[in-house]
Amino acid sequence: MTRTLPLILVFIFGILGIIPFVVPHPVVQNSDEFLRNDLLRILAAFALVLGLGSLLRVHFDKIQHRRENWEYSWVLLITFFVTSIIGLFGGVSGTGPLPTKIGNFPFDIQTIYLHVEVPLGATMFALLSFFMASAAYRSFRARSAEATLLLISAFVVMLGILPLGNQISPHLPSFAQWIMDVPNVAGKRGIAFGIALGSLATALKILLGIERSWLGGGE
Amino acid sequence: MFLIFLMFTNLSPPGPVQAHDAPDDGGGMVILEWQLSPDDALLDGYEVYRSEDGINFEKVGFIGRSRNSLDDQTEDGKKYYYRVAAVKDTVRVFSEISNPVMSSAQWFDRSKTNIIIALLVLGGIILYFIVQARKGKELYIRKISGLQAVEEAVGRATEMGKPILYCPGIGYIEQIATIASLNILGEVAKKTAQYNTKLINPHYDPIVYTVAREIIKESYTKVGRPDAFDPESVFFVTDSQFAYAAALDGIMLRERPATNFLIGTFYAESLILAETGASTGAIQISGTDSLAQLPFLVTACDYTLIGEELYAASAYISREPLLMGAIKGEDWGKLIIAGILIFASIVGLITNFPVLNLFR
Repeated sequence: MTRTLPLILVFIFGILGIIPFVVPHPVVQNSDEFLRNDLLRILAAFALVLGLGSLLRVHFDKIQHRRENWEYSWVLLITFFVTSIIGLFGGVSGTGPLPTKIGNFPFDIQTIYLHVEVPLGATMFALLSFFMASAAYRSFRARSAEATLLLISAFVVMLGILPLGNQISPHLPSFAQWIMDVPNVAGKRGIAFGIALGSLATALKILLGIERSWLGGGE
Repeated sequence: MFLIFLMFTNLSPPGPVQAHDAPDDGGGMVILEWQLSPDDALLDGYEVYRSEDGINFEKVGFIGRSRNSLDDQTEDGKKYYYRVAAVKDTVRVFSEISNPVMSSAQWFDRSKTNIIIALLVLGGIILYFIVQARKGKELYIRKISGLQAVEEAVGRATEMGKPILYCPGIGYIEQIATIASLNILGEVAKKTAQYNTKLINPHYDPIVYTVAREIIKESYTKVGRPDAFDPESVFFVTDSQFAYAAALDGIMLRERPATNFLIGTFYAESLILAETGASTGAIQISGTDSLAQLPFLVTACDYTLIGEELYAASAYISREPLLMGAIKGEDWGKLIIAGILIFASIVGLITNFPVLNLFR
């Protein structure tokens, strides 16, 4: 029963997910909207509690057993509880009962998000340019016929989009664009066909209960 | 001056107005089309008027000259009449009143008929091969080097006494790539349970985390090692994209896993993860259906499951006949699509059959 019921539910909700794709009627579309937004949000809220429980458990465990770098777990736990209290009682933009301003210094969730998380995220994102350079260095080496082809294509494309490319030959930018538009798109479309068919097959396998590994434990 | 004034007062009205319910929609929309006024070039544009009784009209829209259609939002089940005025400054010349029209919601979107047919045909082929597999027919599947390397990668981690990091990406549970990743995770977990290798499985999405935890637990139970399952090895980190990337980079640098699996949906963080993993000297097996991220993963990882290979992975590893049947069906589907594309390309080059519009 612990396996049959989830399989039946997956089949029903899977079909309910397909129907709105072909039925534009508001009765169907509104029901779909309800399932996707309201019901999924409730599920996500419960799962978030479980997720946060897991996060806290891992870090409490680290501190308790003095595992490697356990000191950093304190940083996580303190910031977690401080921001949680600010968020729960101070409101997103400081409209809650908890004061979230000392003089001209606000520390509501919106401010913390904009001035702490966004810059930190941007810092991580900025690393990407350095990683791109190092990845390009490793991949653009003519170790095989394919790698040589990649190196030449990349060189032509990069040169083609620079003003220098146009000075070398007025046909170079068009050729670079052709590489991007024709062989590149052809390859992408081939992969896209595979992805579409793979998605269809995977969806069928899940709907029909052939693929069951997502079910987890219990017989 | 007088001539110009005379010209404006003698503006020709727009031609007959045709009003009809918007097709294949959820209702609440009427499409209007009219013939342009012969004096279109002189106009400011056209005003559209609507009435429920055919007598009292109210303005519902304005559109510039040289345009002869407008979508009007309406209430379903109500009858509407329309007329269009050609406008120049304060001069308005009205068309005849349109036919009565009523908007309604449709139960089937005919524009998706070709997709439905394709789905039924391809789905039928896949089901056929699943049935064949169920009958016990031997099915051959080409070698996928990335999947052949799974065993080797787990073995290497065991030999080195180092953990395995399995990152399911930052997709949600409803995404096929995430589901495929979880299927592979189940198979990888069986191997880590057999070899008694530590598995680290950090998560971006809480729902995916709860499912993954059950899958790993089940895998350990299936191979008779439920005691070896460490609940702390599967954990939620954060649902912030770059915070998750930072956390994983930290795990890679501190724990130094011998093998990194980066399988699932990835966005801009893919190269940040893959390059950090490469710098630690780990064997990296990646897989995604995010087309934009594939070049990064191919560049920075030892093996990459490209698109559908990712979906085929759980069948490939588990060798379960029913799952293999679905993959065989996919291959036939691709063959049919390729055949149709070649045929349509040839036909398209030679002639211009209306049937080619199906591919638009």
